Amino acid sequence: MKDNTPTIGSTVALPKTELDGLLADLRQEGFQTVGPRVKEESIVYAGIEGLQDLPRGIVSEQQPASYRLTQTGADRYFDFIPAAQSWKQFLFPPRHTLFIGEKEDTKTGKWKLRENNEPAPRYALVGVRACELAAIQIQDRVFLRSDFYDPIYRARREGVFILAVNCLFPDATCFCASMGSGPRVEAGFDLCLTELNDLFLVEVGSELGRSLLARRTFDLPTSFAQNTAKNALASAAGKMGRTLDTSDLPELLVDNLEADHWTEVSKRCLSCANCTLVCPTCFCWNATDQVDLLGKNTQRERVWDSCFSLPYSYVFGGNTRPTIRSRYRQWLTHKLSTWKEQFGTFGCVGCGRCITWCPAGIDLTEEVAAIRKEVKA
Amino acid sequence: MTIAAFPTKTHSAGYEDKLLLPHWAEVVKIIPEAEGVTTFWLKLTDPEVQVRYHFEPGQFNMVYLPGYGEAAISMSSDFETSNGLVIHTIRHAGNVTKAASRLKVGDAVGLRGPFGSSWPLKNVEGMDMIIACGGIGLPPLRGALYHIVRNRAKYGKVTLLYGARTPKDLMYPTEYEAWKQANIDVQITVDRGNENWAGRVGVVPMWFYNLRVDPRNTTVLTCGPEIMMRFVIYEALARRIAAENIYILLERNMKCGQGSCGHCQIGPYFICKDGAVFPYSTLEKFFNVEEY
Repeated sequence: MKDNTPTIGSTVALPKTELDGLLADLRQEGFQTVGPRVKEESIVYAGIEGLQDLPRGIVSEQQPASYRLTQTGADRYFDFIPAAQSWKQFLFPPRHTLFIGEKEDTKTGKWKLRENNEPAPRYALVGVRACELAAIQIQDRVFLRSDFYDPIYRARREGVFILAVNCLFPDATCFCASMGSGPRVEAGFDLCLTELNDLFLVEVGSELGRSLLARRTFDLPTSFAQNTAKNALASAAGKMGRTLDTSDLPELLVDNLEADHWTEVSKRCLSCANCTLVCPTCFCWNATDQVDLLGKNTQRERVWDSCFSLPYSYVFGGNTRPTIRSRYRQWLTHKLSTWKEQFGTFGCVGCGRCITWCPAGIDLTEEVAAIRKEVKA
Repeated sequence: MTIAAFPTKTHSAGYEDKLLLPHWAEVVKIIPEAEGVTTFWLKLTDPEVQVRYHFEPGQFNMVYLPGYGEAAISMSSDFETSNGLVIHTIRHAGNVTKAASRLKVGDAVGLRGPFGSSWPLKNVEGMDMIIACGGIGLPPLRGALYHIVRNRAKYGKVTLLYGARTPKDLMYPTEYEAWKQANIDVQITVDRGNENWAGRVGVVPMWFYNLRVDPRNTTVLTCGPEIMMRFVIYEALARRIAAENIYILLERNMKCGQGSCGHCQIGPYFICKDGAVFPYSTLEKFFNVEEY
């Protein structure tokens, strides 16, 4: 039975094989379809064509400083918890050329600057989880302010298609329920999948999503399917491996900048910046000139930066934050305290990536708990 | 967010939709100020940009040298005195500013700005002022001094406490006389004198001891090394000057000037857009935390 009248807000049952056609249609509309695929023993977000590229029957087991893929054999595609990298790379590219300079006249040092006018790529993000969607919405607040907007981010963000997915199997490093950002996708998507064994339930979130879905063969969901999804979603929130007590959290951290625990955690932190690179909300950047050996051509680039790098706070005469203690403290207090004053939200969505990818296995939920304990003692 | 600092005025002259793309300016005059410090008079090349360009003392530009990068540099004059030019006094210390020491008249540099907040010159009319600065901290305050000289009747007693490492490092020495003529109490001090130095020796905060301060009616503007500002604040608070009436100008690593790159944060503030001039009352919680 083909029912061509899905409406925004409605849910349909889509055979899994129909995802291929949906992605093909998205490409037809000019989108690059990117989604989860296995690469070098990790699930990463990269270009995908269809179901054959997705991690079928593969889940990731994540622990502090540990990430392993395992086979479940199930005919399911989205049971893994957030991939190694976040979607940030597509909207806020890690390296972006702003302009190219050519020295016009060696006498006066005048330069001709040529802007990078490449049109922004349009991405269809396939498999965006609630925590990840929340992260995108946080970066919206950072890059699309009323007094400043980032033109690179805006061009990419405006053209993006979001195919979200509800998280049914949160794992050891997850704590989105604590941050109020998941596991259920609430708003801000074009289409949202809930994966059952034999089909996808697809919720329609936008007109574009509706029109693309209308081209597919689908069915009305049975009440059995809807109940299965509802129960799976309801139990997902209870599967979080971690919790973070956010009550009075901004004050807790910023009122205790001299807590002993900052020194304790600095003994384990390597200041490697992994946490900031995998973080879906971290937004710091640097600008560099890539200049040729003759000094006649330069390429001005915007690149990701990290508050864990030493040059980040360099001013003449030294560094504002020369110690790991001060850099870890800056990162954590920004994420969970001052960010809120800046942008009205926490800078953390509870995806757990910084825990998994920290080579020392530092777990921010435990560090916060330790500071809380020290202060209350 | 609560921005308790002095109202921000970020009216970047165009290019809002072009990240980091500078306007060109030509070097029209170069004045050596002291060892390793030079003043540049810059003229914006595009007349349309120049017409739109307006700034307040305390604001800064991102100065771009192609192949090197950008550095945040304060305006070292006020708009009215600058006569359509942008005047920067630059200490040749880092990668970009060292390259600036090789600039010649006629060379081109990129400018983005003006950015940040400004000295509260309108708000403090009628009050006494103590302007306490050290080393390269005077240039960001020179515009304020020019404004005061031109509007002298609007302010009460004005004292300039300025210190440098040695007599050779004192900036703008030929201008002190004009400031004194305008009834500004100019008090100069150096850390180390030399055989020709008959003036004061000692750090800037020390000289608070012989000021007569009316605490309820005095504003302090301070700029210089953080350690100097800490002690200026200490001396001012000790004289019961309210934290709201002490204004400090902070320096941090900056890449954008627009509160986006993240580098210049102190607590909830982006120094480039919420400062760089802050009333000390907004920073009390963070300024004295080491390495924050």
